[in-house]
Amino acid sequence: MSAALQVERLNRAFGALPVTRDVTLTLERGARCALIGPNGAGKTTLVNLITGALKPHSGRVLLNGEDITTLSQADRARRGLARTFQINQLFRGLSVLENLCMTVGERDGHCNNLWRSAGSRRVVIDEALVHLDSLRLTDDALKLVRELPYGRQRLVEIAIALAQKPRVLLLDEPAAGVPSSESHLILDVVAALDLDIAVLIIEHDMDVVFRFAKEITVMVQGAVFTQGTPEEIINNEQVRAVYLGREGHRGGRHG
Amino acid sequence: MPHVANIAVSILFDGLAYAMFLFITSVGLSVTMGLMGFVNLAHGAFAMAGGYIVVSLTRTLGIDFIPSLVIASLVVGAVSVLFERGLYRRLYKATDLEQVLLTIGLAFMAIATFTYFYGPIPKSVPLPAWLEGDVNLGFRNFPTYRAFLIVLGTALIAVLWYAFERTNIGAKIRAAVDNRRMAESVGINVDRLFTLTFALGSGLAALGGGLAIQLLGLSPSFAVLYLVLFLIVVAVGGLGSLKGTLLAALVIGVFDTAGKYLLADAGGFFVYAVTVAVLLVKPAGFYGRE
Amino acid sequence: MTTANRGQTRERAATFILKRHRMRAAEALPWLVAIAAFFIVPDRMTFGSQVLIMVMFALSLDLILGYAGIVTLGHAAFFGIGAYTVGLAAARLQWTEPISGLFAAAIAAGIVGFLTGWLLLRYRGLTLLMLTLATAIMLQETGNLRSDISGGYDGLPGLTFKPLLGVFDYDLYGHTYYLYVLATLAVVFYFVRRIVYSPFGQALTGIRENVRRMHAIGSPVHRRLVTVYTIAAAIAGVAGALFTQTNAYVTLTVFDFDNSAKVMVMLILGGTGRLYGAFVGAAVYMILEDYFSKLSPTFWQFGIGLLLVLAVLFARRGVLGLFESFGEYLAERKKR
Repeated sequence: MSAALQVERLNRAFGALPVTRDVTLTLERGARCALIGPNGAGKTTLVNLITGALKPHSGRVLLNGEDITTLSQADRARRGLARTFQINQLFRGLSVLENLCMTVGERDGHCNNLWRSAGSRRVVIDEALVHLDSLRLTDDALKLVRELPYGRQRLVEIAIALAQKPRVLLLDEPAAGVPSSESHLILDVVAALDLDIAVLIIEHDMDVVFRFAKEITVMVQGAVFTQGTPEEIINNEQVRAVYLGREGHRGGRHG
Repeated sequence: MPHVANIAVSILFDGLAYAMFLFITSVGLSVTMGLMGFVNLAHGAFAMAGGYIVVSLTRTLGIDFIPSLVIASLVVGAVSVLFERGLYRRLYKATDLEQVLLTIGLAFMAIATFTYFYGPIPKSVPLPAWLEGDVNLGFRNFPTYRAFLIVLGTALIAVLWYAFERTNIGAKIRAAVDNRRMAESVGINVDRLFTLTFALGSGLAALGGGLAIQLLGLSPSFAVLYLVLFLIVVAVGGLGSLKGTLLAALVIGVFDTAGKYLLADAGGFFVYAVTVAVLLVKPAGFYGRE
Repeated sequence: MTTANRGQTRERAATFILKRHRMRAAEALPWLVAIAAFFIVPDRMTFGSQVLIMVMFALSLDLILGYAGIVTLGHAAFFGIGAYTVGLAAARLQWTEPISGLFAAAIAAGIVGFLTGWLLLRYRGLTLLMLTLATAIMLQETGNLRSDISGGYDGLPGLTFKPLLGVFDYDLYGHTYYLYVLATLAVVFYFVRRIVYSPFGQALTGIRENVRRMHAIGSPVHRRLVTVYTIAAAIAGVAGALFTQTNAYVTLTVFDFDNSAKVMVMLILGGTGRLYGAFVGAAVYMILEDYFSKLSPTFWQFGIGLLLVLAVLFARRGVLGLFESFGEYLAERKKR
């Protein structure tokens, strides 16, 4: 059976600067993979290449065995690929519920309808509410996104990605910018994700990484430095030198 | 000279003179839009103002044509700083549409004001004797004024090229156009740089306006009529690029002249067709950044 | 929060979304005003028709500019195509039935809208502004090239049209035509309103608010934009057709950049993305223009320029936006 997501020898440069060098990555169904590396390692660029926001110079991306390298972002999203952005990309002038209704509506083709009122399909609204509920956002349903504190906006960002009913989910630093008092909400959600979904998470917080990941990929300067299980990574001298630094010397496993 | 070749030479010559006017007037708009992303549709009004100042200086105060051009450029350049500091600055973060509407509003106000003081009838300007008539370039006669435009334009291009490519300030401008945040982080005061380039660009626009009087005629509607052409030159050349503005000015200038010579009725068609053709293939213009 | 409470919140939220498209009492206002005008100022009905035509034109632009968030400078092209479809049909083909003329104009403008939209809506910003502007001017210049057919800038004068539905004929005071335009506007508005409140309309808002997000959730953005652009073009075409029919005259100036700019100013003044912004903006603009440009065209130009500057600085959301802000202010005060 083919992997949920297969990235084969992806290459991309900005002018003379290579930002993604021969990256190969596999996510099986139900994967819990963390992508770590120093700033500028090309992690977000890789996610952009996978989702189609950027086109690679060479290499392939396969989703459930299908070659999606030439497909648009929207086409990939419709095939079950969802992502969150490092900085929230929400419909700030709309209510939280509308944000979710839009997502569900686009997913099931409801938005192709020019004639019936947006409220006519109760099914869409109900499903949107279910997603809000699962992230404890029901109270905020009618609030405009821009009126919410950043932490709750981040939850909406994740809710949207989940409402796409993805098979592969790419989370770009989901807890970034969230005050530590609220970040546990996000982490709980990540921990409770459906076991069927293959998840790739970019993260800097090592606590989160070691709690969540079953496999870790380390990227440095656009290339895959090494891959392995959390135990292997934490005991890897080179990784510790390059990246974990002081943290690694604390010794023992985290989480 | 054989007839066809004669026409071709006329088209090239007139087109070149026209291109010089387009370049001088548009280069400021290109650099300011490339530098600050600010859509200034009042740019044509600055050109028009320059033209009217030259008219007043020459007709009312009896100052010679060339000194009037210089004074007009300096005055408009200085006044533009007031606009930039007082008004435009507040809209750098605004949407394109808001910038368009504000500056178009200013252009309308300017046109109305100048119509009130100068009337709607086109004005002319008394030229010094040496600029009138024809000059013989060996194989043919050419209008002296246009030859003057070409020479002046070339000289300005050389000066601007030198300033852009060889001076410190030029390097800073290029850096800021390329990546403003990066430029700020290495200590370049982009705000002050912008005021400087804005003043320079507006001054050049005024110069272009003064030069245009003899070439195209000056009436208050000049501000909006030629604005479209300036925008086309900027879009086709690429924002923030000196090379691009020059190339676009040449292409547009020659094509527009050719169109007017060959297809008097629908001559304007060419320019717009060229514009569409270029932008479809290179949406950021010849030398614009994607 | 208890499960029961959350259930209540859910119901309330759902109901809000479900009921949003229902007509509100205040929506009858513009129509009442339009009908009242018929009785109050019966001698200004020819002017009234032009106001309503501009409302329709602005409404079509609102779909693109206000709802989808796309800024263009060539919307007059579609108005012109509609105007000339009716004009040429009447002058060259002797086809003078008015209502079929409207359909023909809508189709012609819609086709051009579809083709240009499909080609040009991949671009944004200055590029799109220039491309749409150039397209409109090229259409105008094409008309000028064959001025023997189009009548050039002198236009096609003296057009006559058959009585509406075979019964209602043009009358000197423009009464019949005012009601005709009003009825057409009502029909068009009904369609526009349905689109705006539909899931498609919701998607347009999404594209305007955050196009990156729309791509990421799988929205076929380009297809949506081309669709709304085509519809908007067709409506602008109908407005143009009505223009020719009510004026019995059309010239190439309908394609002028001035027209594209004018309708944009009207919409901005009224307030974009607010369905009725077109009504308020077009009416206010036309009335002010009628009064002031007769006084002094220069003064009018200065005034409209000043109005634009002030609007951008202090009333970015137009007149309706000001009303909304005031309403929000009152609501805030009531809360305290």
